[in-house]
Amino acid sequence: MQQLTEIRWHARAGQGAVTAAKLVAETALELDQYMQAMPEYGPERMGAPIKAFTRISNVPIEIHCNIEHPNAVVVLDETLLAIVDVAEGIESDGVIIVNTCKTPEALRAELGLQGSTVRVASVDASGISLETLKRDMPNTPMIGALAKATGLFEVDPIVSHLTKTFGKKFSQEIIDANIASVTRAYEEVSVG
Amino acid sequence: MPTQKTIAATGNTVVAEAMRQCAPDVMAAYPITPQTTIVEEFAAFVAKGRVHTEYITVESEHSAMSACVGASAAGARVMTATSSQGLALMWEELHIAAGMRLPIVMANANRALSAPINIHCDHGDIMGARDTGWIALFAETAQEAYDNTIMSVRIAENESVLLPVMSCLDGFITTHSIDRVQVMDDESVAGFVGEYTPANALLDLENPVTHGSFAGLGGPYFEFKKAQREAIERSRKVINDVGAEFSELSGRPFGMIETWGMEDAEVAIVVIGSTAGNVRHVARGLRDAGAKVGVVKVRCFRPFPFAEIAEALAGLKAVAVLDRAESFGAEGGPLFLEVRSALYDNAERVPVIDYIYGLGGSDVKLELIESVYKDLSDIAAGVEAPAGLVYLGSR
Repeated sequence: MQQLTEIRWHARAGQGAVTAAKLVAETALELDQYMQAMPEYGPERMGAPIKAFTRISNVPIEIHCNIEHPNAVVVLDETLLAIVDVAEGIESDGVIIVNTCKTPEALRAELGLQGSTVRVASVDASGISLETLKRDMPNTPMIGALAKATGLFEVDPIVSHLTKTFGKKFSQEIIDANIASVTRAYEEVSVG
Repeated sequence: MPTQKTIAATGNTVVAEAMRQCAPDVMAAYPITPQTTIVEEFAAFVAKGRVHTEYITVESEHSAMSACVGASAAGARVMTATSSQGLALMWEELHIAAGMRLPIVMANANRALSAPINIHCDHGDIMGARDTGWIALFAETAQEAYDNTIMSVRIAENESVLLPVMSCLDGFITTHSIDRVQVMDDESVAGFVGEYTPANALLDLENPVTHGSFAGLGGPYFEFKKAQREAIERSRKVINDVGAEFSELSGRPFGMIETWGMEDAEVAIVVIGSTAGNVRHVARGLRDAGAKVGVVKVRCFRPFPFAEIAEALAGLKAVAVLDRAESFGAEGGPLFLEVRSALYDNAERVPVIDYIYGLGGSDVKLELIESVYKDLSDIAAGVEAPAGLVYLGSR
């Protein structure tokens, strides 16, 4: 049975969405899945809205077109909700995961998805990041939230991949903080 | 057998890796989007001592290819990479590299040409260079870009060929997407490409030669061109042999054309580059629904596989050609012109329609491919179909 998961990332340039899209793809590879990860290329400037994409499949991925009907949408910055239609094209059984302190119910209303079968999830990724990493880097916690909300991965393969890849360039303290933020977001995300 | 490692990497990363493994003596390069990360990553390999290449930073692509020509004539194994306007700026030297029979290997990140300015994928750059005398291989995926780069060295340096080779991958789509790729161990690649022994090195002081001298006024210019024609004709066998040997080593297929579903297909799409995947994906779905559809992917554009195309498409009810480049004022795009010409000598006439698509990175949606197969099934069923060239998906 072919299972293709298409993920669209919304963020502001500098928040690490491209890295997150890549980390998710690499984690999938470690689980012997097929994957693609690509940013949407255009003029890049810090703080501007950007998109990135990840595809994960249990069979080779042949398509190379844009993702128009994602199964999951991850929003790293809730101020984007007012200016970008993050729900655009989402599959009816898809899930939108937003970095916010709001409840899934409040978020659903804000997204205009009352009565929709699309699931809505919220997690305070920035809050978690400020406590663990001491700065607002919502990308790694959002990977944990994505994994939980979609059932894509358990938390262990993410932690194991982060340890491996971050081990090359970061201190143990930073690796531990990232692991803590992924694990906390995995546990704390609430899906409504 | 080689040890192969499965990694998550972009097309550009694995092209740089393949180049490092092929260990050129000289690289002369100038950065241009979306090729830049190839020469950037290669420069990092040089800086870290992971490859012993003389890396020449130059002030333009015109200079990059000039330096490549000089180094190759001197007797070095030479590589570079470019894209779009950069390839256009190399124009003079592209012809010189081929005319001097220099086995330079160059990666091209396929990108639209100005104007208007656009950094995204189409084949306008590379198709414009199709008559420069270079062999041209195309990749569908990062994997094929890696494989083609390695094969290019063996093809270019074969003593019966001695022609430069362009290894082309689609800008951004292949160059910048992270994909699942198998890379071989260094020793296996080094063993496959072997040592380069130049035939007529300028630095071989025992056997002095002249390269690129004046051949007009009754000189042998005309015969030089005939020799180039003969060399690229001979390259067909070399490309197939090198491909077969590489397949044996890597476990991955290679053909000048690669077909899917053509055993009993009634209609087919001919395509080059990353879009081949989109087409095959749609074709699989149509097959599941009982439609006899096929796909022909062209992996080597120069020399063009006329005989293979003529055979693959013989007896079909309709054929669509997808061109990601224009040839303004011609009957169709560059691939269409080749394909229809290849079919001319077949006994049965096959209707061929040209679709210009994806210029400047315009997204190749699956619905567009479905609409092409719909047109083909209409023609096969005798229903009226588009007459003449179609701009697929243009607003």
